[in-house]
Amino acid sequence: MSGVLVVLEQREGKLHKIAFEALAAAQQFGAELSVPVFAAILGSGVDAVAQTLTGYKLDKIHAVDHELLKDYTPDGYSAALKGLIEVHQPGWVIFPHTYQVRDFAPKLATQLGRVLVSDVVGHRVENGVLVLVRQLFQGKINADFHFEGEAPHFASIQAGAFRADNLQPGSASVEKTVPTLTPDQIRTRPLELFRESARAVDLGAADTIVAAGRGIREAENLAMITELAAALGAEVAASRPICDNGWLPMQRQVGSSGQTVAPKLYIAIGISGAIQHLVGMKGSKTIVAINKDPEAPIFEIADYGIVGDLFQIVPALIEALK
Amino acid sequence: MKIVVAIKQVPSRDSLLKVNSSATWIEDADLTWEINEPDAYALEAGLQLKEKAGGEVIVLSAGPERAGQTIREALAKGADRALHIETDEAGITDPLTLARLMARALEPEKPDLVLTGLQSDDLGYGQTGVILAEAMGLPHSTLIMNIEAEGNRIKVKRELEDGWFQYVEMPLPALLAIQSGATKLRYATLMGIKKAKSKEVKRMSAAELSGPGGVSIRLERIYMPEKSKHSQIFDGPPKEAVAKLVEKLRFEARVI
Repeated sequence: MSGVLVVLEQREGKLHKIAFEALAAAQQFGAELSVPVFAAILGSGVDAVAQTLTGYKLDKIHAVDHELLKDYTPDGYSAALKGLIEVHQPGWVIFPHTYQVRDFAPKLATQLGRVLVSDVVGHRVENGVLVLVRQLFQGKINADFHFEGEAPHFASIQAGAFRADNLQPGSASVEKTVPTLTPDQIRTRPLELFRESARAVDLGAADTIVAAGRGIREAENLAMITELAAALGAEVAASRPICDNGWLPMQRQVGSSGQTVAPKLYIAIGISGAIQHLVGMKGSKTIVAINKDPEAPIFEIADYGIVGDLFQIVPALIEALK
Repeated sequence: MKIVVAIKQVPSRDSLLKVNSSATWIEDADLTWEINEPDAYALEAGLQLKEKAGGEVIVLSAGPERAGQTIREALAKGADRALHIETDEAGITDPLTLARLMARALEPEKPDLVLTGLQSDDLGYGQTGVILAEAMGLPHSTLIMNIEAEGNRIKVKRELEDGWFQYVEMPLPALLAIQSGATKLRYATLMGIKKAKSKEVKRMSAAELSGPGGVSIRLERIYMPEKSKHSQIFDGPPKEAVAKLVEKLRFEARVI
């Protein structure tokens, strides 16, 4: 088909939030490269969720359906998609950059002798060639990548890089495909899904959030973060390393593996701004960054910033707010 | 159990990075280097597994000569021996090419378990482990928080999105990409550092391991990101900077 194939992730009949952003990216690539766009959904009994996409501008929706795709496995998903790609021969295969995609898309690309350009945050088309932008060094540096050699070319799209409200409406039909899969192809056995603790803290409802990162160095230094939050009537949050260390409960983690927040005011203290954190908070109305490193990526999205020693700045800020 | 842990040497996390004059990579002459932090968690998982189930931990690293220092540090923490794939100074920017070299280096070893970190701090593809599993013909799982060995099978706890977890079972040999932060990292002891000096590091060149297979992506150029917002940065003594910030938050943004 030599177009763009976008692989949309679903769980229990519901599409993943970032799937719509990947769909928007695929539509944009398709328009700019003047090629058709196809979607694929994998699972068991996915016709109903495939039908929810018929109102978008797509040339076809492939419902890849098999009992062995009911529970996600990297072996099952990559084998099913490899089959679909070999039959339809898309030029580009686009994924949302989800945990599941990270788990199987590099394997699929390897089976076809290709490399996935993962975690794409931007793109442009130069003389008919697709150039993809991704971040290196935890977001401190950007890099342009292009594909070489034969199609298919694989890319995954970072959350927040493309806007789902830019989706083009249209009319598409669903085509059911049953891949050839046998139980012995699937070597890993997925067992039960579980959650460790109920979410008691809803950071999403907070108007103001004060968030701490690695820069606070010691658990004891959280006291001044809490004090600042109290002065502002704010919730306390953190980037992943703080919660990994057990200094704050996991429910207070903001980022791709924690909560997504969009308060009126987000104060990031000692947070460098790795993409995993940024995707969880960049929708905040006003962002303040306090960090000693002037090149920290957090300053790229901050409205206001202070470069300096947080151990001097935070106490001064508490004092100024009193 | 024979456990291989793949580790990478990367610039220290607090490095001030500069793009080189040809915009192909960073200026790396004056940097300090350390183990890629996610790989330190993979090493820790490997060492803990060895302590429980016995066996040996072999460290595998691809990088220029300076990576030898990071390998020694892993040996000092308790790894038994190491394989060093020596590359030129620039290293390898294509994860498939790298994983193919690693797979060839591991052919004579036939490990029961290969562990990698989740992603590297420098290139950050988050793919080398999964590609290596495919190149070695092994089943794999990623974002692993915990490993239980049960004979010739393992049961792992995998992190999913949104606070969910899942147990996954698979036969050995297998490859696991370890989630960072699930355990505390150990420090090397003085005894460990002393012992590391006599541990075996087998060096092989990337050239002697290379085989068929071209590249399908190319890193064209690197650059500092453009600021997407116009940030106002306040400087001066902390008190003055803070006063300016508070004024802006009160009267411009009106959020406090």
